[in-house]
Amino acid sequence: MEGFQTINSKAIPLLLINVDTDAIIPSREMKRVSKRGLSEGLFAGWRYKSNDSRELEPDFILNDPEYNGAKILLGGDNFGCGSSREHAVWALHEYGIRVIIAPSFGAIFYKNCIRNGILPILLSDQNIEPLSGKELKINLENQLINDDISFEIAPADKEMLLDGLDDIELNLKHVDDIRSFENNDRVKRPWAYL
Amino acid sequence: MSEKTLFDKLWNSHTVADLGDGVALLYIDRIFLHERTGSISLIGLEDEGRAVANPEKVFCTMDHIIDTVPGRSDTTTMEGGREFIEMTRQATAQAGIRLFDIGDQRQGIVHVTSPEQGIVLPGLTLVCPDSHTCTQGAFGALAWGIGSTEAEQALATNVLRVEKPKNMRVTFDGELSAGVTAKDMILHLISAYSTSGAVGYAVEFAGTAVSILSMESRMTLCNMAVEFGAFTGMIAVDEKTVDYVEGRPFTPQGALWDQAVKDWEDLKSDSGAKFDKEIVVDASKINPTVSWGTSPGQSIAIGETIPSPESFTERNQNIATKNAQKYMAVTPGTRLNDLKIDAAFIGSCTNSRLTDLRRVAKILQGRKVAKGIRAICVPGSTKVKQDAEAEGLDQIFKDAGFEWRESGCSMCFFAGGESFGFEERVISSTNRNFEGRQGPKTRTHIASPETVAASAIAGHICAAADLEEV
Repeated sequence: MEGFQTINSKAIPLLLINVDTDAIIPSREMKRVSKRGLSEGLFAGWRYKSNDSRELEPDFILNDPEYNGAKILLGGDNFGCGSSREHAVWALHEYGIRVIIAPSFGAIFYKNCIRNGILPILLSDQNIEPLSGKELKINLENQLINDDISFEIAPADKEMLLDGLDDIELNLKHVDDIRSFENNDRVKRPWAYL
Repeated sequence: MSEKTLFDKLWNSHTVADLGDGVALLYIDRIFLHERTGSISLIGLEDEGRAVANPEKVFCTMDHIIDTVPGRSDTTTMEGGREFIEMTRQATAQAGIRLFDIGDQRQGIVHVTSPEQGIVLPGLTLVCPDSHTCTQGAFGALAWGIGSTEAEQALATNVLRVEKPKNMRVTFDGELSAGVTAKDMILHLISAYSTSGAVGYAVEFAGTAVSILSMESRMTLCNMAVEFGAFTGMIAVDEKTVDYVEGRPFTPQGALWDQAVKDWEDLKSDSGAKFDKEIVVDASKINPTVSWGTSPGQSIAIGETIPSPESFTERNQNIATKNAQKYMAVTPGTRLNDLKIDAAFIGSCTNSRLTDLRRVAKILQGRKVAKGIRAICVPGSTKVKQDAEAEGLDQIFKDAGFEWRESGCSMCFFAGGESFGFEERVISSTNRNFEGRQGPKTRTHIASPETVAASAIAGHICAAADLEEV
């Protein structure tokens, strides 16, 4: 995964609460065993006029020409709740989204974002609304939006995004810890091993 | 300081390394995969030239994509389903992972077959790229849903990097009224404390009303911890847990069993343990509860009226209520009983186990599904189906007018194959009432299996207690 760069883009307001991963990518759009080719199905239920057409629904915010190529999405409370499907994040990333700002996120969705180069930013409703449609600069290194609004992120998540790190590589640095845990644990909890 | 919560004990006993800032490397005891989000993890690993570290601790089942119509094969109603099935078969064989394939008694929904086979045990960590993995916390295990990339991490290294959530305890005090179930408890909780009420927390369910629940009902309760926003749900180990686990195919035997049971005695929160948040619910005040909207939090007791958007002062809630009512074609002030239904569905990892089907059969016995209603029952595993058939339950379902299916996730969600019809109103024993979840513009009301059965008979949303005597 590429390291996360500073993002300059308009912010698309999708200020609804409980936007679930079924809405982000409906099951019917996950047609193949692949992480790619999913962006066409992004928000399919809202983005297209019907299930069997690709005719754009003009009222849906992503279809507003003003937001063509926008990389920042503003959301409501509990964004990405529901199914664990990582396809939701793969679809968002392939579509071009790199930052999602919301008051809270579904736990699995949040972790999926970190692992796929999308920065999830926690901000209160009151602070999100004024950003609607604005041109924003997101700097992860300094944890700043437009050089004046700061945000928090766990140091490990920040590092993973900035350096495009891979969990497996990171875990393998602890291979001795893992082996020694296993050796002790097999003695302590022999019933836990198959 | 020595007083610990159940969650802390599970966390500490699996900590391989403390990585600082609240993050730990946790040891993973069991990994479960299914054909939709599991096959892609195995293929991802293969593409990177990595191997599964310990295939003996990894299990895979077919549940999400396979058909549930009788006489099913690898050809699915969902376009492209065969690719998922074949790739799963190939990838698990190559990695040396046990697969519960079509035709195997062990095939079924992950969170039904895993407990049934003794794969989840008290005190274990278990992960699966499926959000309802929290179901298995009912066994005093630390079980939670992950993404497919995290699954690759667990498969390759036996550990996961996890930021520790906070501790919450939800205590259901008092006694449940007759006809009120674990499903009503969890819908009641989520409607009162919202779908984000437990974001950032691991939730322990406790109290007298929880301890009297059967293991299967405890699974129903824990199943929807994710709908409460929780990292996971869990319940302390007691005699019922041990009795349920004993003698199952993957349960330890002999001296190992004796030691395990002894180790499990400590799998409860110490009496002085501190929780970051505590919620107490009076269980006697809970009534049969059904969702009216497009989020599980939008639920009310059957006799109550659907709220008006104006009753929510917060703007976002107000908008969400309006949107949900438009989608569901319901109006404020209406009672749920007044809503006619088109279909009824019993199944899913929430409510498809043998005791669920037995309770439903009692309601269906001697009754018929109302005219024009499509009613479907999908047992949670092939074993559940066979056990139910051995008791003659299938006949009761069929005589009442229910379709009796092969096991799987089925129409809990619409994956492009089978679905309920356009704008149809469905009462469903599942866990999600999201827009389009069960079909194009389908309107889903989630409820206990009892309420689903009673509604199928009445032709409108109805509590079992309100049915006419047979």
